[in-house]
Amino acid sequence: MKPPRFEYHAAHSVDEAVALLGRYGGDAKVLAGGQSLMPMLNFRLARPAALVDVNRVAALAYVREDDGVVAFGAMTRQRTIEFSPMVAARLPLLREATRWVGHLPIRSRGTIGGSIAHADPSAEYPAVLTALGGEVIVQGPRGRRTVKAADLFEGYLTTSLGPEELLVEVRLPAMPAGAGYAFEEFARRHGDFAIVGIAAMVVRDGARCAVARLATAGTGPVPVRLRAAEEILERDGLGDAAVAAAGARAAELVDPDADVHASAEYRRHLTGVLTVRALKRAIAGATS
Amino acid sequence: MTETPIRLTVNGVPRTGQCVVRKLLVDFLREDLALTGTHVGCEHGICGACTVLVNGQAARSCLMLAVQADGAEITTVEGLMQNGALHPLQAAFRRHHGLQCGFCTPGMLLTALDLLRVKPDPTEAEIREGLSAVLCRCTGYHGIVKAVQAAAPELRAAAPWPDRRSP
Amino acid sequence: MASGSWIGRSVERVEDGRLLTGRGAFIDDHPPVSNLSHAAIVRSPHAHARIRGWDASAALAMEGVVGVITGRDVAASCKPFGVGVTAPVHYYPAATDKVRFVGEPVAVVVARDRYLAEDAAEAVVVDYEVLPAVVDPEKALEPDAPILHEAVGSNLAGHRRLVYGDPDRAFAEAEVIVRERFRFPKYASTPIETYGVIARWDGLDGVLTVWSNFMGPFIMHPLVARVLGLPENRLRFIVPPDIGGSFGIKSSIYPYLALIGLAAMKLGVPVKWIEDRREHLLASSSGTDRVAWREVAARNDGTIVGMRFKWFDNVGGYIRSPEPGCSFRPTGNFVGPYRFQNLEVDASVVMTNKSLTGPNRGYACGHLYFETERMIDLLAERLGLDPVEVRRRNLIDRASFPYRTPTGGLYDSGDYAATLDKALVLAKYDELRREQARARAAGRYYGIGLALAVDPSVSNMGYVATALDPQFRAKPEYLPKSGAVDSATVKIDPLGRVIAILGTTPQGQGHQTIVSQIVADELGVAPRDVTVVDEMDTFTRVWSISSGTYSSRFGSVGTSAVALAARKLKAKLVEYAAHLMGVTPGEVEFRDGGVHRTSGKATPYSIKDLAGRAHWNTESLPEGMEPGLAATAVFGFSVARAVDAEDRVNSSNTYGFIAEVMAVEVDPDTAAIKIVKYVTVHDAGTIINPMIVEGQIYGGALHGLGGALYEELAYDDDGQLLTGTFMDYLVPTASEAPDIEIAHVVSPSPLTTLGSKGLGESSSMTVPAVIANAVSDALRPLGISITELPMTPTRLHDLITRARSSASEPRPPRSGHPRPEPASPTPLQ
Ligand SMILES: Cc1cc2nc3c(=O)[nH]c(=O)nc-3n(C[C@H](O)[C@H](O)[C@H](O)COP(=O)(O)OP(=O)(O)OC[C@H]3O[C@@H](n4cnc5c(N)ncnc54)[C@H](O)[C@@H]3O)c2cc1C
Ligand code: FES
Ligand code: FES
Repeated sequence: MKPPRFEYHAAHSVDEAVALLGRYGGDAKVLAGGQSLMPMLNFRLARPAALVDVNRVAALAYVREDDGVVAFGAMTRQRTIEFSPMVAARLPLLREATRWVGHLPIRSRGTIGGSIAHADPSAEYPAVLTALGGEVIVQGPRGRRTVKAADLFEGYLTTSLGPEELLVEVRLPAMPAGAGYAFEEFARRHGDFAIVGIAAMVVRDGARCAVARLATAGTGPVPVRLRAAEEILERDGLGDAAVAAAGARAAELVDPDADVHASAEYRRHLTGVLTVRALKRAIAGATS
Repeated sequence: MTETPIRLTVNGVPRTGQCVVRKLLVDFLREDLALTGTHVGCEHGICGACTVLVNGQAARSCLMLAVQADGAEITTVEGLMQNGALHPLQAAFRRHHGLQCGFCTPGMLLTALDLLRVKPDPTEAEIREGLSAVLCRCTGYHGIVKAVQAAAPELRAAAPWPDRRSP
Repeated sequence: MASGSWIGRSVERVEDGRLLTGRGAFIDDHPPVSNLSHAAIVRSPHAHARIRGWDASAALAMEGVVGVITGRDVAASCKPFGVGVTAPVHYYPAATDKVRFVGEPVAVVVARDRYLAEDAAEAVVVDYEVLPAVVDPEKALEPDAPILHEAVGSNLAGHRRLVYGDPDRAFAEAEVIVRERFRFPKYASTPIETYGVIARWDGLDGVLTVWSNFMGPFIMHPLVARVLGLPENRLRFIVPPDIGGSFGIKSSIYPYLALIGLAAMKLGVPVKWIEDRREHLLASSSGTDRVAWREVAARNDGTIVGMRFKWFDNVGGYIRSPEPGCSFRPTGNFVGPYRFQNLEVDASVVMTNKSLTGPNRGYACGHLYFETERMIDLLAERLGLDPVEVRRRNLIDRASFPYRTPTGGLYDSGDYAATLDKALVLAKYDELRREQARARAAGRYYGIGLALAVDPSVSNMGYVATALDPQFRAKPEYLPKSGAVDSATVKIDPLGRVIAILGTTPQGQGHQTIVSQIVADELGVAPRDVTVVDEMDTFTRVWSISSGTYSSRFGSVGTSAVALAARKLKAKLVEYAAHLMGVTPGEVEFRDGGVHRTSGKATPYSIKDLAGRAHWNTESLPEGMEPGLAATAVFGFSVARAVDAEDRVNSSNTYGFIAEVMAVEVDPDTAAIKIVKYVTVHDAGTIINPMIVEGQIYGGALHGLGGALYEELAYDDDGQLLTGTFMDYLVPTASEAPDIEIAHVVSPSPLTTLGSKGLGESSSMTVPAVIANAVSDALRPLGISITELPMTPTRLHDLITRARSSASEPRPPRSGHPRPEPASPTPLQ
């Protein structure tokens, strides 16, 4: 299990990285944390002509807040996010989700940009990005563009990024003060990718639900925003009946695949169960 | 194939070497630097046997290229002893039977060390969660969990980290 | 420290110092020869295909490539391995004409380094004619199934019907009969260190030296010699001091010893091959998956009068020795701890397009006890009795030891009822039942399971012949087989330090520590004064075909050999000292590390003193005494006999006992199982080092839990492995490991020198049973009975969903639920 041959370039700036990607016309791969790409190389499931290593691009590692949006440089390590006080304050849902991403030694290297660009359907970050309606900034040969979460994930391990594009920033709207949240996940072992994961946020307005956000991991080729379930809460409030109805609706909204770890039916069922659990916890934590 | 020079610090000692760009860090440590304490168990990031500290943080050396470690500070199991004596964590593993075949042990030690640095006073559940990063087939983890529990207060008092950094 | 006080103590391990500091010596660590070339193995992507040809020309032209050997070379230079059945199965170290499972070796590429070898391996072209595959053992026996081995004519590698007592009559007279069908999964041990082999061919002297993490049994040494056409004294196996776990799996490395040996011989360079994890999961070894049908005949009071076992054991593409041990290793303990005398066993060993099988921790006993212990619970349920009561009524009682089982086992010692009681008390069984009642009243699914097992250790090689027909075994040219032997040497250097030398191959069991404890006690020194060398080298160690570290042997046979060697040496010291004192040996005694006069005044001689004199001045030795202070003992069991004409065999030599209680709660919404309580009580005879013994139990239990809940080498219908990475083959982590309460009962074995028995496999063989019983008990209100492992969340969820939807329809009253027995195909002979 040794990687195949490739050329290797350590970029020092975003422009250099983008130029290198352009030079290989789509045959190069970005090497971020390597926690997904390196296993694929070792299994020889990926055979890029070149790797463009962006670990030395200092300008890609930051967390900052501007105007109600928390912006992450693509190379921000998952571990940095886990321990960032700003993330804890402004995006506690992301922080909670981070603890489900692999293990600490994985998060030491793994990056937020890599996780989103990799687009594993069972990954936590794409679910959070989808739930919170975030966006990413990408830079390619024709400059920068912004892609909304809803337009990003196209299929299993596939995003709308072009092969010569570099994801440079992930932007998530800061959660409103007092928002309740939960990331519920069922995996067969600790640290595994989710069989099903549910990202939930609710903003309470007395007994009413001002905002509900729900998205899934593990329920199909891409994360699913459970808009119709959110609407039940926004319409009927946060009582048990509404929560149960939202859970039932959630299960209908997904169309999961079967694999060796879980049947489609079980995943669908879990979607309902975990949606209810996530909502209950989120509601309990929400203050108006 | 052409080889790339690499300079790094391992266990506090500056080391140099050169290898092809695709060489994994773990192979470089074991073959080029003769540090065979770091083990290979899966080469896809799951077993954790290859875990070392990279700039103070636990990371899989099978998921890094050696060239990526150029300029880095690496700590391997060979670097844990202090003044010729076992590190308190190593000693706790011995006392609590935290190893049998010893193959997972290097990765276990470095993972536990990193865990105790970010969580100096962990609960048993937190220890188990932290150690779930490394697979052991021999011990059922019992002795390992006990060893880490026992070492935690000692390390809080002494903080004998190979190097001190932010989480 | 007074003598006799080290055994029984949790002495810290001498192995730990090197292992904790990165100074272990594993096969991949220190090349024993320089200028190694590295091998990558080309493996079949198909489960079943005919090989039309090989083309290695492109690979040979690649950078750094030293050479390539293919199945063609294997066919030309090797004999097939001997197999344990009479069916004409030709198993070679690499495929020569057909491939029969995904991952089967078809060629070996040797290059300057592993990276280059893997590059070139991709360039070896093998021309396959793909054939239909079959992976299910029942389907493999259907008339239209694809045939793996044309020469065999069917996929049945072997079949035996064994009859003990009068089972037909027992069933005819039974007051109640319970039947069930079970499936046991294919899982492995996946030691964290994979296989590794280094081979050097010395063409001038004609010696092949093979270093590897092979653990024995060393019967494989003559087997490999024969395959390679080498005289046995020209084939040298060396095992490094440290092996990174095995749990039985590394006994099946031997085809690679031949394959890499052949590469070294053909290419004329020393060759190293380290198996990678993908190769390991695809093609190393595992236990069998099994379909089993069970029947129990009993009286209404719960007394079991007979059982019928029937199974199909799936050994994969070839039957590789020591298979069909999967069926017969537990022959002597088929009846477990129960008294019944009538048993019929219908064992079929089936070949399908899956990877090959072999010993895996608990070899065949996980299967056996899963089935038996589920059946006992089903019987209890049918009779409305407490499962504890049914077990108690059938246990072999204490007064019956040594107990001869109807299948030929000789249970050396035990107190099964006391062990069970201890487990029940420790688990607070009655309190658990009250908790269950409260939980059920609250609509929660809480269950309690029990499992009992006779824990066999030190296989008697002779059991393997149970696979052969008695008529075959009766032929004059047939050589009976039996035995379980180990040796040890203890020597004293001129300064009085003790060195013990073993040829076992430990994989983490702490042999050095245990031997130092034993020798310390025997010779009245401290363990640190005893250096233990434990490295196998077939050229220098005293060994026999059963040598090695497997089948939990060391705890009985290895320890016995060491103690005997130390005693021999001690006797010599006594005789020598008596001579120096001018008295008879009867007038002196050995104590506190020296020889003393029993009565009267005389300066005692310390070991150091005696050693100095004996080494420096051989004239001082009594007339006729051999010079030198070394003693070798070879220990074997007189109870290890060949299988008899009635198929009775004492398949192991010592038999421990395990009693377990587990309580679980099942979350019906997620199908998650939570272990609330788990108690395991073991009787392994005398305990030499409790810490090490308990370490084995913790490890064994988690391994059993892996098989019960997480681990499976799952295949699709085309024979592709679905769990070929550690992402998908789920080894339990620290978060999945339950709390375990351990206790011991000690019934010393009368057969071993120290009274100890083996315990290395321990709870790996009971956990599948105990948790299946606990989960079934938890889900009893839904009418669910677990008959198939692993209990994945999906499987459990399906059972719960089906039960709930049928519960909403009117349900017929549930009567102990014997499902109709499947039309069980009578295996062909
Ligand atoms: C044992 C283990 C357990 C894990 N468990 C989980 C888990 O539970 N949940 C989870 O979500 N993940 C898990 N992961 C994956 C981990 O989170 C990865 O870090 C993540 O999926 C990819 O991030 P990375 O920075 O490592 O990216 P890399 O592996 O470097 O790259 C992944 C892919 O994204 C591309 N890419 C990376 N960065 C960019 C960029 N800036 N622009 C364009 N393309 C880019 C790469 O070219 C590559 O194709 C696990 C990994 C391991 C080894
Ligand atoms: S070898 Fe690196 S995680 Fe297994
Ligand atoms: S001690 Fe053997 S794998 Fe952990």
